[in-house]
Amino acid sequence: MENWTLVSLSVLLGLTARWTVSLNSYSGTSKPPMFGDYEAQRHWQEVTYNLPVHQWYFNTTDNNLSYWGLDYPPLTAFHSLLCAHIAQLINPEWVELHKSQGYESPAHKLFMRATVIIADILIYIPAVVLYCLYLTDGSTRRKASTLLCILLYPGLILIDHGHFQYNSVSLGLAIWGVLGLGLGWDVLGSLAFTLALNYKQMELYHSLPFFCYLLGKCAKKGLTNKGLILLVKISVTVVVTFAVCWLPFLTDPQQSLQVLRRLFPVGRGLFEDKVANTWCSLNVLVKIRAQLSPEAQLYLSLAATLLAVVPSSIKLLMNPTFWQFKLALVNSSLAFFLFSFQVHEKSILLAAIPVCLLINELPLMSIWFLLATTFSMLPLLLKDGLLLPYAVTSLAFLFVSTYLLSALDRATVDGLRIAPYVRLYRTCFPRINIPLIVKWKFAFLLLAMAGLSFTSAALDPPANLPDLFPVLVSQCAHFQFLGCLVYFNVVQLMESPGVGDHKKIK
Amino acid sequence: MAAPMSESWSWFLALAFGVSLLKCLLINTYHSTDFEVHRNWLAVTHSLPVSQWYLEETSEWTLDYPPLFAWFEYGLSHIAKYFDKEMLVVQHLNYASPATVLFQRLSVIFADVVFIYAVKECCKCVKCSRGSKDLLGKPSFVLAGLLLWNFGLLIVDHIHFQYNGFLFGILLLSVARHFQGRHLEGALLFALLLNLKHIYLYISPAYGIYLLRSYCFTKDSPDGSFNWRSLSLFRLATLGVIVCSVFALSFGPFILLGQLPQVLSRLFPFKRGLCHAYWAPNFWALYNMADKALSILGVKLKLFDVDRLPKASMTGGLVQEFQHSVLPSVSPLATLICTLISVLPAVFRVWFRPSGARGFLQCVIICALGSFMFGWHVHEKAVLMAILPLSLMAVERKEDAGIFLILATTGHFSLFPLLFTAPELPIKILLMMLFSLYSFTSLKMLFRHEGSLITIPEAVYLTENTRKQKSQ
Repeated sequence: MENWTLVSLSVLLGLTARWTVSLNSYSGTSKPPMFGDYEAQRHWQEVTYNLPVHQWYFNTTDNNLSYWGLDYPPLTAFHSLLCAHIAQLINPEWVELHKSQGYESPAHKLFMRATVIIADILIYIPAVVLYCLYLTDGSTRRKASTLLCILLYPGLILIDHGHFQYNSVSLGLAIWGVLGLGLGWDVLGSLAFTLALNYKQMELYHSLPFFCYLLGKCAKKGLTNKGLILLVKISVTVVVTFAVCWLPFLTDPQQSLQVLRRLFPVGRGLFEDKVANTWCSLNVLVKIRAQLSPEAQLYLSLAATLLAVVPSSIKLLMNPTFWQFKLALVNSSLAFFLFSFQVHEKSILLAAIPVCLLINELPLMSIWFLLATTFSMLPLLLKDGLLLPYAVTSLAFLFVSTYLLSALDRATVDGLRIAPYVRLYRTCFPRINIPLIVKWKFAFLLLAMAGLSFTSAALDPPANLPDLFPVLVSQCAHFQFLGCLVYFNVVQLMESPGVGDHKKIK
Repeated sequence: MAAPMSESWSWFLALAFGVSLLKCLLINTYHSTDFEVHRNWLAVTHSLPVSQWYLEETSEWTLDYPPLFAWFEYGLSHIAKYFDKEMLVVQHLNYASPATVLFQRLSVIFADVVFIYAVKECCKCVKCSRGSKDLLGKPSFVLAGLLLWNFGLLIVDHIHFQYNGFLFGILLLSVARHFQGRHLEGALLFALLLNLKHIYLYISPAYGIYLLRSYCFTKDSPDGSFNWRSLSLFRLATLGVIVCSVFALSFGPFILLGQLPQVLSRLFPFKRGLCHAYWAPNFWALYNMADKALSILGVKLKLFDVDRLPKASMTGGLVQEFQHSVLPSVSPLATLICTLISVLPAVFRVWFRPSGARGFLQCVIICALGSFMFGWHVHEKAVLMAILPLSLMAVERKEDAGIFLILATTGHFSLFPLLFTAPELPIKILLMMLFSLYSFTSLKMLFRHEGSLITIPEAVYLTENTRKQKSQ
């Protein structure tokens, strides 16, 4: 079959999965007084449409910040404004100030769902298509398979089209950034990434690899001539992009400061809910929040995060190849997710998307990690009534990706890219078959996740332990994330220069 | 797509499992009144004795399928009680709790296993001489894609809600058995199928004549005409015993109860009118149009008196009889005669120039199309009865592939009004694009050395259709 057909079929399948999931309920469906993220997004449309820019981030009589106050950077606000203008054309009631609070109707749901899928079609999907066509190895059929697997990643579909958010915008922009860097268009890449950063501040999880890769590249070209020019170009791009995005808030330092305070609510504590990161998991043993002051918690998490990202960043700085960059993206975002301050369960998507980009090179581990990320959001998805789409899309992803990428056949020492590690290991334990162990672990943990998913959905927790299942889910996911952090670090750090990915800097 | 093992059937299971997961994603989509129809039948068969099945009329959706389908519902109801007992109460009209929806949807998905098995058998019957070594270029792969991922079945069964996949599975399996020379099995399956849904009566001429001619007559004369002396009475008797015993099993109890007229009146409700609420794109739709046009023209030219014309509202969405204004009204008998005349040439050919299972399959398709064109109260869904068997021929001959593309595109397009709710609009467009893209490119690749599949006027006609569909 012709190549464009395979690509189109993959995209159409991805879109079908998205739209069918979007027919299900969203977060906070008919749950007054606070509703959920769906209402938050609608409320931002209401606020940005009706209030002048300078009131968007301030608590005023018309803008009650404790009711889903705007806490994302300006691009999100502008996006809401754009959607609000369209909403106003269709039905002004949807964005009427105050009166529209908690507005729900089938037509409105259709509109909101459509805005998400349109953002997907405009930003995320083209980025993934181009990435698969130009930056993955193998035959076209293989590229189309990779594309289908990435587009079917259940976590993003369920959160964006089920739970309701616009992650595909910021993540899509970040992939545009990766695409720019991979194709050697560093300036365009940094432009796209800066936009991503201005859409969601959580994109900071990815900023270190971008920074280190570009700096390393400039240094390699020589900081006295060519490299310096590049560095200046990139810096100017970043600064100008930031300035344009923040233009309305730069008039008054109070404005900018207020936006920053909204973006980084340090007062909210080390973690919330049951998130599968280190602090929440440790909480079972040690009640950190009770024993440490908020400042100490902040510094502790900062130190732990830095410690976790420094090795991969230094390696990338010294050896700025595209392969290293992709691995560093995973390592950095995963480290941030596991150790940083005030992490949400949905932030795991930031680690998941870079792993999606590795699915062609490291199929088995990527599939495993991606399934674990979806599983880690199970309590949230159950709350939203998305059990059925969760089960079906996870199963579909597992099946399609292992089949199309022949993940199990490729789980060899070379396929897993752990040859240097295995050589080291063999000196102590000569008879160990690591790929086999990995496959068994994969199977075992899949069963564990399936079992836990089933029990959380079907059984009631014991009365004295109401949070038993969410805690078990987060512990199980956290355990796998830690394992993956170690694995991806091993792959990145042990790669000797010249081996591994062949795509060098252009 | 990058299947490593092209010899094995793993790709087939992948296609089948993939589409089953897609069906699961469609569980929460809109469902039509047919959902309530089947829920009511579950309740009726579960909670009432057999003698009441065809008498019960609490719901307006009375049981109007043959007895074997009622038994199928009866079997399902014994699983249904573990999901939600409330759905099995006859008085609970329009009951659709989440568990009920889940159960009914899953029952369709699981019943499709029959369809999947039948498709696999059909794929084995396809000649693999053509096509490349490449998996995607194999006729059997293309056929599996065309059947398993058929757009019409997906939206009719898994969104609109019906059990066609399972029934078409039996039909295709029976066709495959004829291809494999296992005629008795084929006949048994078809007899079962008739007792599950009687709409398949339309293709029974093809079955009857084919079995009689090619199975009961064991030898032809040297000049190709049939030879009376080669009639095998034993074969005829076996065939008769098989068919009659299936019918006896199905209708016997009702004959004993003296309810046969009642059952038959349920099965053949001629009160429903010439055309379905939504006109199927057939001859009578044109006839109605002509009638309407003539009546308007007549009134304009003052040939008739407006008040004396019968009020004809034909597209009100109601299932009822109506009178034509100018042209003669059409009786069920007239449609039957038209249908018979339209299929006669094909049936004659099977009798006088038998060409094996392939000729039989052609005749099945022509019977299905003839009855679609001229039948009484035809549903738009009935076009699938021609599209699905035609898929088998499309992968073998270039001419058939061209016809298939035209029929499938227009036929599937005519199913669009079935789903009229806004949230389902993107799904039907996406699935239609998916299927059309796949069928066009895969068939084009299959016959890439034999020139283009459709002529330019045909291509213009199809794009025009697509354009209208977009603007809808």
